[in-house]
Parts: sequence; C-alpha cells; structure tokens
Amino acid sequence: MYSEATTEPPETTESVTPMTGQPETSAPAQTAGTADKNVKVKAENVNLWYDKTQALHDLDLNIYENEVTALIGPSGCGKSSFLRCLNRMNDLIPSVRIQGQITLDGEDIYHPDVDVVQLRSNVGMVFQKPNPFPKSIYENIAYAPRLHGIVNGRRDLDELVEHSLKRAGLWREVSDRLQTPGTALSGGQQQRLCIARAIAVNPEVILMDEPASSLDPLATATIEELIDELKDRYTIAIVTHNLQQAARVAGYTAFFHMGEIVEFNDTDTLFTNPREQKTEDYITGRYG
Amino acid sequence: MSTRKLTGSANNPQIRRRYRAEKRFKAYCIGAVSIAFAIIIAFFTDIISQGYTAFWQYQVQVTIDYNDRAERLGQFALDRDMREVASRGATRSIPRAIDRNPDLLGTTEERWVPVKAEIDQYLKHGRDILEAKHEEVAAAPELPDKLRKKVDALIDEGRIESAFNTRFFTTGDSKLPELAGIFSAAVGTLYVLGITLLCAFPIGVMSAIYLEEFAPDNKLTQTIEVNINNLAAVPSIIFGLLGLALFINFFGVPRSSALAGGLTLGLMTLPIIIISTRAALRAVPDPIRQGAFAMGCSRWQVVRDHVLPSSLPGILTGTIIGLAQAMGETAPLIIVGMIAYIPEAPSGVFEAATVLPAQVFTWASEPEQAYVEKTAAGIMVLLAVLLTLNATAVFLRRKFERRW
Amino acid sequence: MSVGQTTLLLLAGLIPLGYAGFFLGRRKALNTQAEGIRLHSRPQQYGWYSVVSMAVPAMAVAFIASLLNLLGWIALPSELVLIMTLVTAAAGFGFGLRAIQPSLRARIKLDNLMRWLLLGAALISIMTTVAIVLSVIFEAMRFFREVSVWEFITGTTWSPGDSFLEAAGRGDEVGEGGGGVFGSVPLFAGTFMVTAIAMAVSLPIGLLSAIFMSEYASQRIRGIVKPLIEILAGIPTVVYGFFAAVTVTPIIVDIAGFFGLDASYSNILSPGIVMGIMIIPFISSLSDDVINSIPQSLREGAFALGTTRSETIRSVVVPAALPGVISAFLLGVSRALGETMIVVMAAGVRPNLTWNPLEDMTTVTVNIVYSLTGDQSFDSPQTLSAFALGLVLFIVTLTLNVISTVMVRRFKQQYD
Ligand SMILES: Nc1ncnc2c1ncn2[C@@H]1O[C@H](COP(=O)(O)OP(=O)(O)OP(=O)(O)O)[C@@H](O)[C@H]1O
Ligand SMILES: [Mg+2]
Repeated sequence: MYSEATTEPPETTESVTPMTGQPETSAPAQTAGTADKNVKVKAENVNLWYDKTQALHDLDLNIYENEVTALIGPSGCGKSSFLRCLNRMNDLIPSVRIQGQITLDGEDIYHPDVDVVQLRSNVGMVFQKPNPFPKSIYENIAYAPRLHGIVNGRRDLDELVEHSLKRAGLWREVSDRLQTPGTALSGGQQQRLCIARAIAVNPEVILMDEPASSLDPLATATIEELIDELKDRYTIAIVTHNLQQAARVAGYTAFFHMGEIVEFNDTDTLFTNPREQKTEDYITGRYG
Repeated sequence: MSTRKLTGSANNPQIRRRYRAEKRFKAYCIGAVSIAFAIIIAFFTDIISQGYTAFWQYQVQVTIDYNDRAERLGQFALDRDMREVASRGATRSIPRAIDRNPDLLGTTEERWVPVKAEIDQYLKHGRDILEAKHEEVAAAPELPDKLRKKVDALIDEGRIESAFNTRFFTTGDSKLPELAGIFSAAVGTLYVLGITLLCAFPIGVMSAIYLEEFAPDNKLTQTIEVNINNLAAVPSIIFGLLGLALFINFFGVPRSSALAGGLTLGLMTLPIIIISTRAALRAVPDPIRQGAFAMGCSRWQVVRDHVLPSSLPGILTGTIIGLAQAMGETAPLIIVGMIAYIPEAPSGVFEAATVLPAQVFTWASEPEQAYVEKTAAGIMVLLAVLLTLNATAVFLRRKFERRW
Repeated sequence: MSVGQTTLLLLAGLIPLGYAGFFLGRRKALNTQAEGIRLHSRPQQYGWYSVVSMAVPAMAVAFIASLLNLLGWIALPSELVLIMTLVTAAAGFGFGLRAIQPSLRARIKLDNLMRWLLLGAALISIMTTVAIVLSVIFEAMRFFREVSVWEFITGTTWSPGDSFLEAAGRGDEVGEGGGGVFGSVPLFAGTFMVTAIAMAVSLPIGLLSAIFMSEYASQRIRGIVKPLIEILAGIPTVVYGFFAAVTVTPIIVDIAGFFGLDASYSNILSPGIVMGIMIIPFISSLSDDVINSIPQSLREGAFALGTTRSETIRSVVVPAALPGVISAFLLGVSRALGETMIVVMAAGVRPNLTWNPLEDMTTVTVNIVYSLTGDQSFDSPQTLSAFALGLVLFIVTLTLNVISTVMVRRFKQQYD
C-alpha cells in the first residue's frame, strides 16, 4: 500500500530552502504580541500536492510553544493535510509531494537525516475518529513507551499508565478495568484513551484533528478542559469545525481557505476584529 | 538550536536495534514472496523440462510389404530388422487395410512410423549422455549393444528422424507409450464439462437470483445461505462419495461414464457458481431495480430485463472459474470410476470415459520411463488450458467491470 | 425402449405442443383484444400461460413415473409412461386454452411460477447437502453394523483384508485372511501429519506474503505479485501430486541420505510440503483481504506514536487481523485434511503410526480412494469403510468451516 518504509525519507519530498537560523527572524507578517513567544513549529512556503492536484499553497505558519493553535476553515481547505505535514504522516500516502520547510525547534523535519520515528515521538497526534488499538486499555498506553524505552521496569510503566490516564481525565472511569479491551469503551472515553496514549510518549507537540467531532457535548466539554490543562506542558495544534470550541480553547487561530492561510492572529482578535472579509464571512456564518 | 532531537538515531542503540528489527522483518516478508516465486518457477521449469520432449517423437522410415503373412499379423509386413525398431502399434492396422482393399496385396509402401518407446527414450535422453561419456551413464536409458548400433546406423542413413508428435493429440490412451495420446481424455473432458455446465449453470444462476432478488429474509433463506457457503468448502472427495452413492448406486447411472462424472462435478461446481453469481447480482445498484419497478415491471421482468443483462459478465466470469476448477478435479472422478483405460474416444455420455487429469494420474502410475514425459506433457496441456481459462475470466472481469 | 429413446419421443411430443400452445394462446388473446376487450395481461403472457399449463402437469407425470421406477415400487413400461405423459399434456393444453379469459391474471400466475421455480433451484443445494449426509451416513451405518464404532475410532491397526492389500501389490503382508481390522488411528495420524507439515509450510509463507502485499508493496508491485501467487491456486491437485512424487520425493530422499538419514520413497514429508505449496495462495489471499480491511486509522494511530512499520504490523495490524488469519488457517487445514490426489500419488499405502515424517504413512483420503477402486463388491466392509472415513472427514471439515465462517463474520462486523 505504501511505497516507502519509515526508515528512509521519501524521495518525493524536497527541502527547497536550506535550514534557516532562528525562527523569529523571518516571521511572516503577523500579529502583534507574539514577539515574546517562542516559536515551536514553523512552516514556511509549504506546498503540497496529491498527485497533480495542489492542496496547499505557499503556507506560512508559526505555532507557539505552550499555546493552543486552532486551524479553522471550510471543509476540504487543507487543514488536515497541513496538520499531517507536521509529523510527516503524509509520508504514508504514496501520491503526496511536499515542498517548503517545516522546522521543529529550528530543526528541519524533512531533512534527509531526520528519523521519523523520533520525530513522531516528539510530535504526537490525535485523530478525528478515536482509534484505540485492539488491545487492553493498559496495553494501549504502555505499548509506545515500552517501545521507545521511556520506562524501565513494570513499576515505572504502571505509574506512567496511571499518570497518563489521570492527565487525560480517564483514570477514575477505567482504573478498575485496565485489562478490558480499549475498543469496549464509549466514544468519548476512547478519544481520551487516545489522548492518554499520545501523552504517554511525552511528546512536545500534540496535533489534534477534530478530536471532538464525533463526541456528544458533554464528552466534548471534557476534552476541551483537558486541552486547556495540557497546554501548560505541551504545544497543541487543533483542527476544528466548531468555532466556539476554537474560541474557547485556542490562544491563536489560523483561518484556512482553499489551501491558503487567509488570516492568522490571536484568537480574540481574529474572532472580534478580523482583518479579512473572507474570515469575517466565515466566522459569521455567511460563508458560501 | 540546542539539541538535535530528530537526527540522533545513528548513536542511539535502542533506535538502531528497532531499525534492524524493521529491516529483518521486511526481509522475511520479501523472502516469503521470493520463496513463493521460486517455487512457481521451479515448478514450471520442472514440468516443462520433463514434458517438452513428448511433443517430438523419433520416427523410422520403413518399407511396408503387403504380403500374405501380413494379412494375419501386421508385424510381418516389416522385415525382421525393422520389427525391433518400429513400434508394434504401427503395423497393427495392416491386416484390416488388406481386408478392406485386397489390391494392396503384393505391393509395398514407404512409410514413417514411430520407433519403439525404449529407442525413443534412448535417443532423447541416453544417446548424448553416452557420447559425452558422462558419469551418470548408468542412469541414462540404455539399449542392448546390437540394437544401439542398428539405431545409430539408421540415423546416419537418415532413416530415423525426430518430428512433431501429432499423434499425441489425435489418439487415446495406449499400452504402448509411443502411441499414447490425450485425444480420448480431451473428448471425455469436454463431455464431462458439458454436463457439469448444463446442470450447474442454470440451477446455480436460478438459485442466486432467488436468494438475491426474491428471497424473504427468513429462516429458510438463511439456512440455504449457510448451506451454500459450507458446501463450497466440502472436500471434493466427499462429492465423489455422493456421486457414487447417489448417481451410480441409486439412480443407476453407468459407472465410469461422463454422465456420472459430469453430474458429480456439477454438484461440486454449483456453490461456486451461486456465490459468484450472487456477487455479480449484488453489484447491480438498487436504483436500477427501483427505476424498473417504477415502470411497472414485475419482479421477474426486472431481473430478466435489467439486472441479469448488466450482471452477465460477472456471472460468466464466475462460471468460467468454476468450470476451470472442475476441469482440474480428479479425486471425485476416480471415485465414480473414471480412471478406466480408454483407448477410443467415447461417443456418448453413457459410455466409459476418462478426463485429462485422470489420464495424467493413470500415466503417472505407469512404471515405464516413457510415460513420465507423457504425464508431464499431459500436464502442460492441462495447465495451458486452465491458465487460458483463468486469464479469460480475468480479462472478462477487467473489460466489463463497471463502476456504478 | 431405452431411456434416451423415451426422452426423445417425449420431447418430440411436447415441443410441438408447446409451440402450438404459445401461438394459439396468444392468438386467442389477440382476438379478444381485437374485439376491444381489455386484457389483464399482455397477449404473449397468455401464450406462455398455455405452454405452462400444458408442460408442468406432463413433466410432473413423467417425473413421478420415473421416480417410482427408480425406487422399484412400480415398474411401469416406458411406453405407458410416454402415453400417460402425452395425454396429460394434451389435457393441460386444452384446459389452458379454455382458461384464457380477459380476467385471467396470466402475468401474476407466471410470476408466481417463476418464483417457485427459482426457489426449487435454490433448494437443490440444500438437497445436495442432505444427500451427502444421508448417503454417507447410510453407507457408514452399514459399515458400523460389522465393525464397532469403538474399534474404528481407537483401533491402531488398519488392515482391511486380503483383496485390498493385494490390489495394492502387498498381498504378502496379510496375516490370517478374513474380515480385516479397521482401527482408523494410523490413517488419521497420517492425515494429521501431512496437514501439520502443510500448514507449517503455508502459514508463514502465506501470511508473510500477505503482509508484504498489503503493507510493503506499492500498488504496482502488488498488482504483479498477487495474481502470480494465485497461479498456485489454479494448478490441479493431480499436477501437484506428480510434482511431489516425481520431483520432491527424490530430492528429499537425497537430502536425507546426505545427512545419513533413511527416507522412504513414499515419505509423508514430500506430499506435506507440496500440499503446503498448494495452500499458500489460500492463506495469502484470505489474510490479504482481512489485513486490507483493517482501517487505515489504526495504522496511523500507531505511526503517530513513532512506531516503525514492522512494529505497527506486528503489534497492531496482525493482532487486529488475527480472527481473519485464524479463519484462513482453519480453512487451509480443512483443505489439507480433504486433499486427495497429492497423497494418493506421493504418500504411502501402509498404515503406519510414527512421528517420523521421513517414513511412509497413509492417510484417510488415500484409503477412501483405494477401497473404492479395487474389485471388491460394494457390500464388502472395506468398500463401506470408505464411507465411514468419509463421514468423519465430512464432520471434521464441516466443523472447521463453520468455526471459520463465524470468526470471519465477527471480524467483519467489528470493522464495518
Ligand atoms: N489522500 C488524499 N488523496 C487525494 N486527495 C486528498 C487526500 N486527502 C485529501 N485530499 C484532498 O486535499 C484537499 C484538502 O483535504 P483536507 O483533508 O486537508 O481538508 P480538511 O480541511 O481537513 O477538510 P475537512 O474539514 O473536511 O476535514 C481536499 O480537496 C481533498 O479532496
Ligand atoms: Mg480534515
């Protein structure tokens, strides 16, 4: 199904520009009040094609450390495609070709020497549909840390599992049935299990692609609270169709339209005082 | 930038170990596929290298002398020397020919006839080895010294030659390997497959239509469905037992006949045709049916005029695959007696017949070396037909595959 | 009169009647229509209606008569049957034509008939199963009247009697002649051995090939590899048998000889390996199907945690696909148990209880074939023993199939 193994960087990916120095120097024309923030992930001139069709056009975006950045925009505008560039999930799709540069703490993540395994353990991801492994709850979480050698010994692992479940706000509900299959949980619980699973690897960045879209309002609220708590430790990028959600959880918001970023600003400004007409149309629901 | 956290794999032993495991696992997978390929190649090479020689045969030019002794025994039409070289079967028909046309008496005729199987084998496999003084001389087909000299002399005279073995395709089985051919088995196969098709195709298509288009979702329907799936996985030899008990012992169908074999294989092919026909019917989208119903067609008319025509390629594909499977089947046919010795092609479905795979089986159990190449050649023919059938099915599917 | 002649005469009577029925029926309908009366159905449907009302009763008479004949209850002379059938046909013909009225709902009647016909066809597959069960059980019962079930199941000596061994060219091995001993354990041991070897060959190769095709290969490579492997599934078993007997067995004997081991020329290893080759495509294509139906999101979930591809495969994909893989395995086992030609051609005929795959062993299917191809009368215990063995084989394979179907269904439900 796929053409290349994770061991090699895909030949189709080109880094057009050599690695630049400090992220702050070439910050795209953006909002005030960000100068003191540390840029965690920086995307410059990102273009992405599925075969012949271009899905992303010359994207520039800064994702600030310990902040929640929301990506909003109409369906099909390339939010997921962009998000998946940030931990190279797009490598799994043979037809994808990417140009431009994306750096994590100044390191080009598409550099030929980069090890995707390490990249992905630093940049975790939570998906739209909860996808727990067909294993026990415990194993769902313990699996990756054990693999990465994050813990040694059973005690440490137990602790890590408990800690991750607690952070994901799931511990109380499942502490007495850690050996039951993860797939037997409710949708909201499954999604929190997936978040716990991502946290357990101790990543620096967590990408979330519509993490609450298949959940009911109560479960959604739980997840939102969780995101709010997590931002102290992690840098989070979240795709959402729910504008209130973006307004509630995100410090920064980027508005995507037809594969371009129309506007990027701190959430308050973007929602109350958008610079662009398209943004205003979208957030006021007048969008086409 | 402070730490290089993304490119450290070279000096992280744990990650190196994981990548080694990755490489190893991938190598296993590729290895498995390579083994499968190697087996396929070895298999075909083996069969072809054993069988291709059977398509050529050494012939000797003899003088047929229609004398009065030959009227009684064909052998006497040849001079003594040639009797040792030419196949005994070559002169078998001479008494009959004289009988039919007495004018022949006293005349002579030059004719090319097959050599005896031992000589054929010696010429094909033994002679070169002997001349090359290869070590494995012992294993090579050998001839008594005198006969060998004679054969060598005949070759030098140009009276023994190798020619394409048309006889292999035009005669039936024979106790003389040099005369044995696949013709009667091929005819038997046609009869058997004809009957298989006649009973499995209509019943199979009709069952599929019922299950897919008519059946209410009740216990009976579910039973039928489960039953068909299980029937498809019953070992073929059990169908042989059924054929023996039902058709031969109960209905009195003649043993060894194409009818018995065809009916048995028909029952075996039935589930295959039902399953593939159902898949083809299911692929026709519902709006087509609804459109036709809206025009006031009865259910049967909808099926006949709208569903069946668009699913026909799929049905045919499934039928071809089912027939190909039936064509290669041997075990149930052995059970219903279709391994008889059949020198003459059967002329009806009630007569004893044999089929290609059964012929292959019979030849494979013959001890003479000469039958080995016949067996392999029979297999080559069988495989060629089967691969053609399957390729046709794939082609049909590709060509008519319609994305709704 | 022979069966063929009777049938021909029957057709010679029925086909013209059918044609006449169709055209007369249609004409009557057309005439009625011409008078300005509205018909319920289309004219040709009235035509078909009269054909049906002629043919169905006639066929029924012919069928019942021949069934009675077969069962030997009443043996009617075929002339009588012929005449009875034709008379019924003529009566039906007249009745059908008379019945054609504007109000006759010919279309609905025809539709119903069609429905019954189709249902009848669908029932044939059930009847096939019933026939298998009945015939095999019936003959097996006759066998068990002479041989105790207990002896059959637990006995470790299988020696059906002189004629069987003589037919197999081993007349000298017979002890005191007579009834024969029917302990089937050695046969099942051979079947088990050959199945185990076959699965040991086909499971790793088939599963790893499936993983290669669905996880590593590009679409193009997959398009080449898959049909090539499936060639193996289209090769007739008799060909595999020849390959095993003529090519693989000598190689195994040579190799064993090289290591100083003594291998029989009908060792069970060779048919086992070749049977494994035959089963590779079953395992690989079934596993490939289930692996492909594992949702991509599951893989992405693992990759997003920073796993390598093989880690994803081994700890997420294969465990998720496990029910499907097991069901493929069970189907493979069921194939191997029932496989006949390979063992008939390459395995031994000597019942032998051993753990050594280099020795010759015989199997259940080999004995079914040999007991039915000898010259014994059909009632002899050795002939009937084939049905007892077949019964066990049928039950075991059926059970395996049912388990495997249930597992696949569970699996499919999980990922719908
Ligand atoms: N695997 C793929 N192959 C080809 N084209 C794709 C693929 N995935 C996405 N696309 C195309 O790329 C464009 C962007 O898709 P993307 O999934 O990034 O949109 P999105 O903003 O996430 O939409 P949504 O809000 O509906 O999730 C779309 O036009 C889509 O059709
Ligand atoms: Mg999306």
